[in-house]
Amino acid sequence: MKRFAALFTAIDQTTKTTAKTKALADYFTQAPDSDKLWCIALFLGRRPKRAVTTTALREWAAERAGIPLWLLEESYPIVGDLAETLALILPPPQQTSDHSLTHWIDVLRALHDAPQDDRKPRILEAWDQLDATERFLFNKLITGGFRIGVSRKLMTRALAQATGQEEATLAHKLMGGWTPESTSFHALIEAENPAADQSRPYPFYLAHQLDDTPDTLGDPADWQAEWKWDGIRGQLILRDNAHHVWSRGEELMTDRFPEFARAIDFLPPGTVLDGEIVAWDGAQPLPFNTLQPRIGRKTVPKKLLREAPVILLAYDLLEHGGHDQRDVPLADRRAALTTLLADLPEDAPIRLPPTLPFDTWNSLTDTRAKAREMRAEGLMLKRCNSPYLSGRKKGDWWKWKLAPLTVDAVMIYAQQGHGRRANLFTDFTFAVWQGNDLVPFAKAYSGLTDAEFEDITRWVRKNTLQRFGPVRQVRPEHVFEIAFEGIQPSTRHKSGIALRFPRMARWRHDKTAQEANTLDDLHALLAAYG
Amino acid sequence: MTEPVLTFTDRGIYCPAGDFHIDPWRPVDRALITHGHADHARPGHGAYLATTGALPVIRHRLGQINAEDIAYGTARTIGGARVSFHPAGHLPGSAQIRVEVGGQVWVASGDYKTTPDGLSEPFEPVRCHAFITECTFGLPVFTWPSQDSVAADINAWWADNAAQGRASLLGAYSLGKAQRLLSVLDAQQGPILTHGAVEATNAILRTQGYALPDTIPVTPDMDAKAHKGALILAPPSALTSAWARRFGPASTGFASGWMRLRGIRRRRAMDRGFVVSDHADWSGLHQAIKATGAEKIFATHGYTEIFARWLKTYGYDAEVVPTEFGGEEEAS
Repeated sequence: MKRFAALFTAIDQTTKTTAKTKALADYFTQAPDSDKLWCIALFLGRRPKRAVTTTALREWAAERAGIPLWLLEESYPIVGDLAETLALILPPPQQTSDHSLTHWIDVLRALHDAPQDDRKPRILEAWDQLDATERFLFNKLITGGFRIGVSRKLMTRALAQATGQEEATLAHKLMGGWTPESTSFHALIEAENPAADQSRPYPFYLAHQLDDTPDTLGDPADWQAEWKWDGIRGQLILRDNAHHVWSRGEELMTDRFPEFARAIDFLPPGTVLDGEIVAWDGAQPLPFNTLQPRIGRKTVPKKLLREAPVILLAYDLLEHGGHDQRDVPLADRRAALTTLLADLPEDAPIRLPPTLPFDTWNSLTDTRAKAREMRAEGLMLKRCNSPYLSGRKKGDWWKWKLAPLTVDAVMIYAQQGHGRRANLFTDFTFAVWQGNDLVPFAKAYSGLTDAEFEDITRWVRKNTLQRFGPVRQVRPEHVFEIAFEGIQPSTRHKSGIALRFPRMARWRHDKTAQEANTLDDLHALLAAYG
Repeated sequence: MTEPVLTFTDRGIYCPAGDFHIDPWRPVDRALITHGHADHARPGHGAYLATTGALPVIRHRLGQINAEDIAYGTARTIGGARVSFHPAGHLPGSAQIRVEVGGQVWVASGDYKTTPDGLSEPFEPVRCHAFITECTFGLPVFTWPSQDSVAADINAWWADNAAQGRASLLGAYSLGKAQRLLSVLDAQQGPILTHGAVEATNAILRTQGYALPDTIPVTPDMDAKAHKGALILAPPSALTSAWARRFGPASTGFASGWMRLRGIRRRRAMDRGFVVSDHADWSGLHQAIKATGAEKIFATHGYTEIFARWLKTYGYDAEVVPTEFGGEEEAS
């Protein structure tokens, strides 16, 4: 654990990417294989099965520290991280130890099968052997969420430095459903021909936002335009008579979307499609909030399958006849995809979304203006001769979204953030007028600068009217322009509407609360765009 | 029921028997000042009283003021009150103010820390009936490492930077923290450069006889990169400004109690955060309160509500007092 703690400290202590990469590459050169594998898994967001509840951890830590539980609970939002809060309040350790990272993970895994009564003494014993940083990391192993400023890209680069392999090769190896229990560092990273993982997806290629006008992209003839669909980005993998569905966040979603089981009836094995999973009404996508209940559920009740049936709008072909197509130019991939999907029955859960013909950027601008009618967020622009790259690389794929809808709203509740935003008020509830009442309609926590969050935090501290646990009701005084991508009717909200991806576009210092929009204004937007 | 010795008004802490205020935040006729930080020593009062150690900096910061100094432990009668100043350990010259009226003793702590820093006059517990305490860091997550271990960390960071050809830019408040850090830096390691705001305070404290190592003030016409392996002490705001770019490749560090929290460390986006505070930590607050023997506790700036609630579970008669203090280290 000391080596892993030193790695964490080295990464946490610098803001420089090169220094982080070097620290990680050194770790990948020096640590035992099992620790390396766990380190990769943890930084990719995986963790051992949770063996104890956070409720139990809080109680045990408070008891050990000799403070009442409420005091720990009050401290948590100020620290902004539970694992850290527990590490900070515990008394200094009475023993020392230098077990490996894998050892402590094994301790936690063993806990899973241990009798309830054994768990507390084992956790207390662990706490008593670990120093502050090690304790924090140990707690993180339980609570999850290792956000320590190591992106997938950075880790891939460090692995490349340590192993001498290509970054793209490593990025592909890291994809898929492996766990440190199911593989080894050798099999996952070092093996020349990695044990074929039939479910392994390709790293997704991610588009950049187009902030300039499209004429900066050059000749329209070099570009393919498509609608930008609002669903879940996914890969459908058909190999060996089985199918697998992966999300962009690398979650295996096969069971959530049983519709795709039929795909193996129509398409040959050795096919991998990239596209957008959307709820489908037979002719066009249903709004995103129809799809929402499908995301959270591991098994899908029949009713939901009827109400929100999904299809894949397949726009790219990554594997064809068992061969990786990613180096093939987009135009040729598209042609092959068109042929492949040509004979699908009408009710197949896969569709080929259209490309949008255009001669000039001006005519495409007109097309883009119709995106909302098509239930799309805007357009995708892809260079016709581009390969399928991995990760977010600038140049070949652009998302060109519609300008968001906006309303001016009054901030009425504020809550403190977590992690980097601990001790800052960053999570706000906004309201619009209905007569003399303010009706809450959206929560937002992004869009302001750190300096603005600091300003508003000072103001919230002085203008709190009432507290509800961590939530503060504040003087309804400040107006923010709230931007959002879509608006839908909702029975779950008092306002009767639900917004897609609301965020703060601007702090309207120039407006008084009275000048904010009304609920009628929102309903007018609902009528126009819902 | 006896009259309270001190009351809490919209101008600050007030003593009716002596007709004076302590660290008032709006102009008053007579102000007793605990220390020179801007939220405690404000301009515009008719008369100032502060310790001999604190007054030079206060004069420097506030310009022409009608002020008198007083030695630690010397009693003085003001109207119907007897007052004396006692070391608070917060920074050189800082004081707690003891006020006695008709046998009742109240103490206003100002800002304080209980562990000696080698530079400030060490905190002196004062027995009293009521204690007005700050609680900037009044949460159990705030416990400070020893000054020696942080000093070793800072010196090691400096040495490492020097070996890598980087300057070490260390951010610290220009009054108090900067001088405390100066006093623990290993001056053998290389030159120590200072920002104008830090150096102004250094000069005053040196004149008063506080021992500080030699420093080189940063001036507009100097070749900042000529001082190889330098450590530069500057106010935190200067570290992210154009001023800091003159030193070439540099590692940045920040010394504050808030650096105990990783989220705040990350938000500061400095390479290193060193946990050094001139305020009492959780156990320091308890130690101080216990040593006063007071039964009545007023919690002022900081996590007042949480801290007061905790004191009540300990059997204290604790109350929250809203103040407008909140200066050099209150903002995270």
